[in-house]
Amino acid sequence: MLAKRIIPCLDIKDGKVVKGVNFVGLKDVGDPIEIAKRYDEQCADEVVFLDITATYENRDIIKDLIQRGASELSIPLTVGGGIRTIDDFRMILSSGADKVSVNSAAIKNPQLIKEASDEFGVQCVVVAIDAKQREDKSGYDVYIAGGRINTGLDLIEWVKQCEALGAGEILLTSMDKDGTRDGFDIDMLNAVIDVVSIPVIASGGCGGKEDIVEAFEKTNCDAALAASLFHYGEATIDEVKELCKEHHIPVRRNN
Amino acid sequence: MVVIIDYNVGNLMSVQNAFKRIGVEAVVSRDHEMIRQAKGIVLPGVGTFSVAMENLQEFDLIDILNERKEAGIPILGICLGMQILFEKGYEIRPTNGLGFLHGEVKLMEVDDKIPHMGWNELVFNQEHPLLQNIQEKDYVYFVHSYAALPVENELIAYAEYGGKHITALAAKDNVMGCQFHPEKSGAVGKKILLAFKEMII
Repeated sequence: MLAKRIIPCLDIKDGKVVKGVNFVGLKDVGDPIEIAKRYDEQCADEVVFLDITATYENRDIIKDLIQRGASELSIPLTVGGGIRTIDDFRMILSSGADKVSVNSAAIKNPQLIKEASDEFGVQCVVVAIDAKQREDKSGYDVYIAGGRINTGLDLIEWVKQCEALGAGEILLTSMDKDGTRDGFDIDMLNAVIDVVSIPVIASGGCGGKEDIVEAFEKTNCDAALAASLFHYGEATIDEVKELCKEHHIPVRRNN
Repeated sequence: MVVIIDYNVGNLMSVQNAFKRIGVEAVVSRDHEMIRQAKGIVLPGVGTFSVAMENLQEFDLIDILNERKEAGIPILGICLGMQILFEKGYEIRPTNGLGFLHGEVKLMEVDDKIPHMGWNELVFNQEHPLLQNIQEKDYVYFVHSYAALPVENELIAYAEYGGKHITALAAKDNVMGCQFHPEKSGAVGKKILLAFKEMII
């Protein structure tokens, strides 16, 4: 049986993590590779690098980072942030990343999903979606620009379209829950999982290891993504997996 | 020294680095003399069966691979590199493979999502030196839509997915192939590569 995945996400700006991580014995608290290696040792199933550098002018920095990541990590690496074109996919994958996560550019040009999956395979195309419940609670709208712009796109229509175009995975972030630390958006996850058959990664709202267990028990999501929970050492990935195991959720453990 | 065969099928850096991490010199090459010097050969690959075979032909690698196979050099195929070790594949169009292992490669017929992507448990079908450092139910990382259907006595380990047994590891004599990615499979993947290392020193 496939294991449920636990995915730590690192926000990166100019080649450094946005908020330094004070792991014991870490030489450079801002080095994404050093941090990702710790997560690899803790049995993370995958690592996401989200490059929040506003422009993509400084490609050499991210390229170098991906190359280092690919050489030093023994688990898959997903890279997202600022991807606009098929050339960006090519650069990221040829540098050694396993998957590319695309958000706004896919909304502006949905054919990018199809082009990328045709050329590189569906398995490396992750569509990241930020969504928020409409005020009249009639459904969810898709947002871009870090949640500042409402595209007016309906979440359910958009995920269906993503799947049809060849997305390999959906990384679904709840804007309502993001930063609240009071758990994943179970209703939104279920609404999406009901209509697609590609894997869905839960994101936004994780405040404790119990939240990850809740997401796996109450939805059929394939993976849970968290950032601050792991960065601040509130829980290790091992501890999350231990709790999952107690709840009979299939997870990969170090042996 | 291990040669990772360079035939334009995806990024080979992670495979090369996985060997580096276990102290094995790994060279990415398609040079015949370099391949002849290798104590072990790794056939990596991401992409499609027919393209992979065309590239092997274009770079004149089929004869040398046959020669090294006959010489008894351990050959390890990974993912698509494992699939083309078989006799025939059906991705895009029916294409003959290297035929080092017996069976065909077909689109998975499973009652679950395709691609089969993520960490899945190995179930052992028979003993093999590559399994010596790991245990049944250890997790390895898979990403694939097509799967090999080997003859029974060449099936070493499989994963259970969508109600089917998905070939994970197949081997015959000095030819071995894993559908999963040992270079992306954490500590377990490392142990499998260490077992391969033992065969080449």
